[in-house]
Amino acid sequence: MSHPVAPATGDGRIRTPLPFPTAARAAVADPQLRANLHRATRTIRAKRARVVDEVPDWEALRDAGSAIKADVQRRLPELLEQFEASATAAGATVHWARDAAEACQIVVALTRAAGADEVVKVKSMATQEIELNEALEAAGIAAYETDLAELIVQFGEDTPSHILVPAIHYNRAQIREIFQRRMSDAPADLTDEPAALAEAARAHLRRRFLSARVAVSGANFAVADTGTLVVVESEGNGRMCLTLPETLISVVGVEKLLPTFTDLEVFLQLLPRSSTGERMNPYTSMWTGVTPGDGPQTVHIVLVDNGRSAVLADPVGRPALSCIRCSACLNACPVYERAGGHAYGSVYPGPIGAILSPQLTGVADNASLPYASTLCGACYDVCPVKINIPEILVHLRQQAPHPPAERATMRLLSWVMRNPRRWAAALRLGRVGAGPLGAYRERRTGARTLRRLPWPASAWTRSRDLPLPAPQTFREWWGKQ
Amino acid sequence: MRIALFITCVNDLAFPATGIAVTRILRRLGHTVDFPADQTCCGQMHANTGYRAEAMPMVRNYVDVFDSYDAVVVPSGSCTAMIRDQYPRLHPPATSVAARTYELSELLVDVLGVTDVGAEFPETVTYHPTCHGLRMLRLGDRPLTLLRQVRGIQLVELGDAEECCGFGGTFALKNPDVSTAMLTDKCARVRDTGARVLAAADNSCLAHIGGGLDRHRSGVRAMHYADILAGASS
Ligand code: SF4
Repeated sequence: MSHPVAPATGDGRIRTPLPFPTAARAAVADPQLRANLHRATRTIRAKRARVVDEVPDWEALRDAGSAIKADVQRRLPELLEQFEASATAAGATVHWARDAAEACQIVVALTRAAGADEVVKVKSMATQEIELNEALEAAGIAAYETDLAELIVQFGEDTPSHILVPAIHYNRAQIREIFQRRMSDAPADLTDEPAALAEAARAHLRRRFLSARVAVSGANFAVADTGTLVVVESEGNGRMCLTLPETLISVVGVEKLLPTFTDLEVFLQLLPRSSTGERMNPYTSMWTGVTPGDGPQTVHIVLVDNGRSAVLADPVGRPALSCIRCSACLNACPVYERAGGHAYGSVYPGPIGAILSPQLTGVADNASLPYASTLCGACYDVCPVKINIPEILVHLRQQAPHPPAERATMRLLSWVMRNPRRWAAALRLGRVGAGPLGAYRERRTGARTLRRLPWPASAWTRSRDLPLPAPQTFREWWGKQ
Repeated sequence: MRIALFITCVNDLAFPATGIAVTRILRRLGHTVDFPADQTCCGQMHANTGYRAEAMPMVRNYVDVFDSYDAVVVPSGSCTAMIRDQYPRLHPPATSVAARTYELSELLVDVLGVTDVGAEFPETVTYHPTCHGLRMLRLGDRPLTLLRQVRGIQLVELGDAEECCGFGGTFALKNPDVSTAMLTDKCARVRDTGARVLAAADNSCLAHIGGGLDRHRSGVRAMHYADILAGASS
């Protein structure tokens, strides 16, 4: 007899090696990083707000985007089969990968079969997630990032700290230093002017595009009825990778599907305004299988699950799969702005990371992330596909393992607060207990606040005074009337 | 109309003046207000920290205590948001009373149709719209509409007003470093205004920001806007 098995959880770079509060501490204490993040998120936030305000039917577009994605989630297996059939008919080969390791194995094998020992890469979150570059390197294959920011991060032997602007945590002086140290053909007189830095990278990448025989990409969208893959970008480097090499391998998360080609109309409006604050992105590349004599003549598509089926199985958490990786929620998030992307451990930082990573790995493996938010709701307000991130955060907090002392305190408080008599008595006790403290403070400073308390209340009094209970509670006042 | 007052746990213990202020405002406008003694707490801290089962008895108690009233007024944006936004999902029988539960400015402006409550407060005041009031209840400028009618008040605009102060309930304790960084920025914006009073619709956020302002010895007083509206002009 077979038992129903829970869908497998994912692996790869989606796990916090340190709890979020610990990892965030270093970022908060780094003034350069704080300043870089503050400037960058503010600029892009303002730009997004401006271009979104221009669109009269923005809310209707958001609703449409959200509805299309919900429809995809309802009939994902059916749409995936349709996509496989359409893509295969157009000359692509479709592969299925259950997890990160399987996806990497497939890409390594395909690259070897093409006889290549290097690949050029289009910026892709899915390949970051499955740690493809590391797997290729272990197999003796060099992977070259071609997106400018990804290149900086790769040269810096760092990991991205933002979905859209992976090098957001560097300023231009730091970038110049990285290029001079690591780019063999960097001009000797390289300045830190953005144009000069971009030009140096362009010259460096040109040779790579012309020599590479295999390219690896992700996809922003995969259209089920036509089998089309779509990549949206700003620099045009992706398009070079998508057209020049003989073999193209695209690694695509199963949630990237859209039912029909016309659905793109909604997302090609939502994505650029939400992500870069542009009315339209400079390059949108679409390809459907193989076109004889034009572009790559061998096209592979690797459809990756890596925990997505587990997310799909949870009706409350599922909308996290609607994410189009625009990064608007990161730029809006006051916690991300202070903590930076690395504190989230995963390739998915910020509010979306706080709900997606724990769902992909299972909440126990990322237990601090659902708490990395004040639930202020700024992320939900800007999300182009209306993912109710605060609601999902609270939902995941129910599943997180709770520290025993916290659990005991919460249970005790609940026992007191559920009963009006016990609660009134507790209020009286709190007020009476704080009475002498209040007299003491008032004599000294005139304010009824406490400045220093022992652990664990020290987490509060380290940075702010704590108001004391008043000399009379409200219900005591009411009773005396 | 039978109006009941829901005084949240933080208000009851640490900021009773706000509940007294709401009572005075409504009485001044000719309404009677009830304080059902069996009320306790809305359960937000438990629910939002991941203790739904532990929050449920409070949710049910709220329905038992308030279901018979025409309107419940709450001087807290986040507790009102907990009741209106989360209760119907947590406990469907709460749907009806949740819809009749109002943050103070909603009750005054939308239900009672009042914008001038006859208050006087000769001070410079800046207003911080707290997150739940702003984004879950969509209070908009209802509290400011009420404050604008106050005699003698001088309202000054707060920079980055819509940015979270870093309180977030147990967030302040679980993520003290990030919370402190956000608080420091919020306090700096408050001090930039030169106002002597910071007003908001939530005493828990105010305890956090006010605690930061006190720590920096800024001399700025943090007050619930109801406390301002209660000051009668003679
Ligand atoms: S969750 Fe929404 S706002 Fe955040 S990256 Fe995804 S689509 Fe963009």
